[in-house]
Amino acid sequence: MAVETLHGLDALELAARRGERSRAARAWAAVWPKLAAVGIAVAFWQVVVWTGWKPEYALPPPLAVFGRLAQELGRSQVWEGLAITGRRAAIGYAAALALGLVLGLAVARFRLLRTAIGSMITALQTMPSIAWFPLAILLFQLSEQAIFFVVVLGAAPSIANGVIAGVDYVPPLLLRAGRNLGARGVALYRHVIAPAALPSIVAGLKQGWAFAWRSLMAGELIIVGLGHTALGAQLTFAREFSDAEWLVATMIVILVVGVLVDAAFGAVDRAIRTRWGVVDPAQ
Amino acid sequence: MTTAVLPSSATVAAVALEGVTKVHGRGASAVLALDRLTLAVRPGEFVCLVGASGCGKSTLLSLVAGLDRPTAGRIDVGGGKTPALMFQDPALFPWLTVAGNVGLPLRLHRTPHAERRQRIAELLDSVHLGEFAKRRPHELSGGMRQRVALARTLALDTPVLLMDEPFGALDAMTRDLLHDELERLWQQRGLTVLFVTHNVREAARLADRIVLLSSRPGRVIYTTPVEIPRPRRIDAPEVAAIAAEITGRLRAEVSRHGR
Repeated sequence: MAVETLHGLDALELAARRGERSRAARAWAAVWPKLAAVGIAVAFWQVVVWTGWKPEYALPPPLAVFGRLAQELGRSQVWEGLAITGRRAAIGYAAALALGLVLGLAVARFRLLRTAIGSMITALQTMPSIAWFPLAILLFQLSEQAIFFVVVLGAAPSIANGVIAGVDYVPPLLLRAGRNLGARGVALYRHVIAPAALPSIVAGLKQGWAFAWRSLMAGELIIVGLGHTALGAQLTFAREFSDAEWLVATMIVILVVGVLVDAAFGAVDRAIRTRWGVVDPAQ
Repeated sequence: MTTAVLPSSATVAAVALEGVTKVHGRGASAVLALDRLTLAVRPGEFVCLVGASGCGKSTLLSLVAGLDRPTAGRIDVGGGKTPALMFQDPALFPWLTVAGNVGLPLRLHRTPHAERRQRIAELLDSVHLGEFAKRRPHELSGGMRQRVALARTLALDTPVLLMDEPFGALDAMTRDLLHDELERLWQQRGLTVLFVTHNVREAARLADRIVLLSSRPGRVIYTTPVEIPRPRRIDAPEVAAIAAEITGRLRAEVSRHGR
């Protein structure tokens, strides 16, 4: 009897929690506002061009830029640029990731270290990456190392801060439960602290990526001549040749990379929130 | 935690506290939470600790579970195995499925994969949640989550189960059903239960013995066996009579602090 009542209660509780929109509907709901925003921005751009505020060799019209972009995408230069810049981004970000995770864990774990450098990490984060370049160039000359140096310094503090915040905000109750269930030392980190801190770590990774990408672009603008076709170097060359169409087209490529990576982080974040049940069902 | 052999004249207790004192904090702001508390729980006994706020009930369970150390006194747990602890909040891990939560203690104790799967299935069946193995905690109701938490603590397979107001946040109907479930599992598995509650009826419904604690500091002020035959009903007159008796003493203890 009691068991039937229990099953009845379970069924009643779960019945209220159904009802979802289809995948396509959700995808469309996510995409159309973005398309609309891009449309409005391009329209605004076109209007500014029509006003004749700047000559077309300085501010080219959208159609010309998109035409040039299509043309460039058919050539190898953009793709080589993407490959060089992408490789640098991957290496720099991976190094920043390793450093940020180790630093974050160490600061979260050891009180003395937190007192010593906890606030320094945030201070480092606010330092504009471009301000590091003079020193980087002195240390490493006009080399890729100089770029990596700045990329890592730009991204690692954000990643470390994400880890620190994540570990700090692990609910104490989960820690107590984990310890009682037999998780100690490394096992506690692996099975309780790391997964509980994951949302914050992902947020830190995302912010770290933004800093890494910005630092990399700044570096490539300044340190040209290593790989002639790196995306940042192409911007510098385009400016020097007064080739505004190429310049804006390259900027669009850079922006698209940023949007795609951001979308990837967004997907990871959403996957976590869905698992945890922290997604508003009305959304 | 030390595993000491108790004097041979006494029956070996499942949990024995002797002169346990716990002070929180230091210096002027120090608070005496438990004052020379002595209590022995027999193997297989179901003991309910009842007290008003500030009686150190939760502190006591933390100490027995080894999550905290007493300032003075001794705590012996029969067999030396850290007892399983259940909270008012199910404290399930939101990143794991129901099966993952129940299986975590098994993973942490390196139970082989095949055996683990079998144990998880058995444990979930024992709390009537066999079909919810793949669900996430957020998909379940409060009562179901608490049953998952119960299955997870049972996975530790400890002879002693510590429960800190585990049904305090549930509605009355769910709570009644979970009382039945807990009583059944306690009997089937021959568990020793140390159950903290402020609900005197719940204590009278479940306990072999009720221990009343004073507040600030916590000390045992009254102990009574509950000799009502099982199965009991929470609305039975005998249960109500014991509850009334305990409530009276609890009020007297609380009033003492108002003077």
